[in-house]
Amino acid sequence: MNLPLDVTEKIAFRLRSIYNQQGYTQYKMSKFEEYDLYARNKDFLLSDNVITFTDLSGKLMALKPDVTLSIVKNSPDDAQNVKKLYYHESVYRVSRNSHAFREIQQVGLEALGNIDDYCILEVLQLAKKSLEQISGDCVLEISHLGLISALTKDLSGQQKAEIFRCVGSKNLHELVAVCADAGVCEEKTALLQALASIGGAPETVLPQVRKLLDGTVDTKPLELLEQLSAVLGNQIRIDFSVVDDIHYYNGIVFKGFVRGVPDAVLSGGQYDKLMRKMNRKSSAIGFAVYMDLLERLEQEEDAYDVDTVLLYADEPIARISAAAKAIADNGKTVAVYRQIPDGLRCREVKTVR
Amino acid sequence: MKSILNVALPKGRLGEKVYAMMEKAGFSCPAIYENNRKLIFENPEKGVRYFWVKPSDVAIYVERGTADIGIVGKDILLEYEPDVYELLDLHIGKCRMAVAAPKGFRDDQRRTLRVATKFSNIAAGYYRSQGRDIDIIHLNGSIEVAPILGLSDVIVDIVETGTTLKENDLEVVQTIVPISARLIANKASYKFQSETIDFVTKSLAEETND
Repeated sequence: MNLPLDVTEKIAFRLRSIYNQQGYTQYKMSKFEEYDLYARNKDFLLSDNVITFTDLSGKLMALKPDVTLSIVKNSPDDAQNVKKLYYHESVYRVSRNSHAFREIQQVGLEALGNIDDYCILEVLQLAKKSLEQISGDCVLEISHLGLISALTKDLSGQQKAEIFRCVGSKNLHELVAVCADAGVCEEKTALLQALASIGGAPETVLPQVRKLLDGTVDTKPLELLEQLSAVLGNQIRIDFSVVDDIHYYNGIVFKGFVRGVPDAVLSGGQYDKLMRKMNRKSSAIGFAVYMDLLERLEQEEDAYDVDTVLLYADEPIARISAAAKAIADNGKTVAVYRQIPDGLRCREVKTVR
Repeated sequence: MKSILNVALPKGRLGEKVYAMMEKAGFSCPAIYENNRKLIFENPEKGVRYFWVKPSDVAIYVERGTADIGIVGKDILLEYEPDVYELLDLHIGKCRMAVAAPKGFRDDQRRTLRVATKFSNIAAGYYRSQGRDIDIIHLNGSIEVAPILGLSDVIVDIVETGTTLKENDLEVVQTIVPISARLIANKASYKFQSETIDFVTKSLAEETND
């Protein structure tokens, strides 16, 4: 019998089984963390607001707004091996649009430890598979922060942040002004503009970028992107406007989109800088799928709430129960009432004889 | 299947001007000229649907994906900071965001400055960058009245020609940022319609440069 799961529950089950199959183990965690963890890494969170309370010992606690920080904090720092984990948890965040706290289901995975190119590929493959489980019409967009970081390495934190903001919104007109203010030379400004505007299939974009850069910066990031795209196949876009907070992320960053949902449903990347901030020597990469956004996916509406409504009057209870069981044994759903409730949609109505 | 490009246009002269540019770029929708109160116009042949919305709401339609692209003033982008691509400066609808005060105003640094504005975020950001302590008074219209009646010391508002300020004995004391109309796109829509959106951007850029 099919359980009446809604679209997000079905997808969550499928994602968990994919991660499990690839040898990732489920990580369960408490709903609370000490607030201090979030206070120290505020910029890493999608929103500054956290629900806090004081526990019985007087410690300030928080309902967790994020999963990654807890996983990093609670995992051993092992730079030799790789720890592969997945999770399905609730997080509590302020929704940007409604200005109210919401409980959001998040499914995702993290690989922590000795992250090599194969690990990166595996995580990207799982991200792509996750998107395909959500919709066949999907795009995984990949970038490498190394290129833009190399072009902006001599600038101050504030100037870099401004440039990354312009690149992230493909705002080429403002990018020119910001670069001029920061004293970036014309050649580098033109490269930054090109990187911000270029986007598309790896086979078109990567040769273009290689030609553009032509010895100006280290092309190792480009080589990695070429290797990864060759294995990942279709439904991949390279777009250097995918930028996350450079204080936490480095290397590969990516976002996943499905047609019909106006935001990225999947977001991830390599976050070695966060690891350093938390005094870890090892590296890490991971992603999260935002289940709340998937509610917007179109799904077939059930025509009926229940197959059969079984009506009873003053029959003996054993007979009512037996009649209900007989219907259920035929594989139908059955609701037993004295009279049909208002608004209930059913295929058929039967009465206990 | 060819998907329809949904375009949010700001009601008014700016929207009409941009529609004319879109028409020139090949995205015509003659029904838009019919004199009626309809707000949504579609031309399936050209694969485009236009809707007229309040100028300050364009960014919301685009950020939430109801519109794939839209035309919006930079003032709205600075105030609401929507997560969208800002693809082009159209160099039309030009004006500036400015601080204005009654003629002869002198800022007394010993007191908290009272600022009346519709653009609280922009005003707060500007004075934060100046290290000036302020008290924001959020108003929804007729901002110019506030300093005259003593509700505020200065106002932060859009200044086009400066006529309204002049008629109310106010003058610009500082320009915060120049404003013009921008072409914005929803980030997810862009992944699935990048060719069309890039074509629109290129066409509008060419017309803007003409």
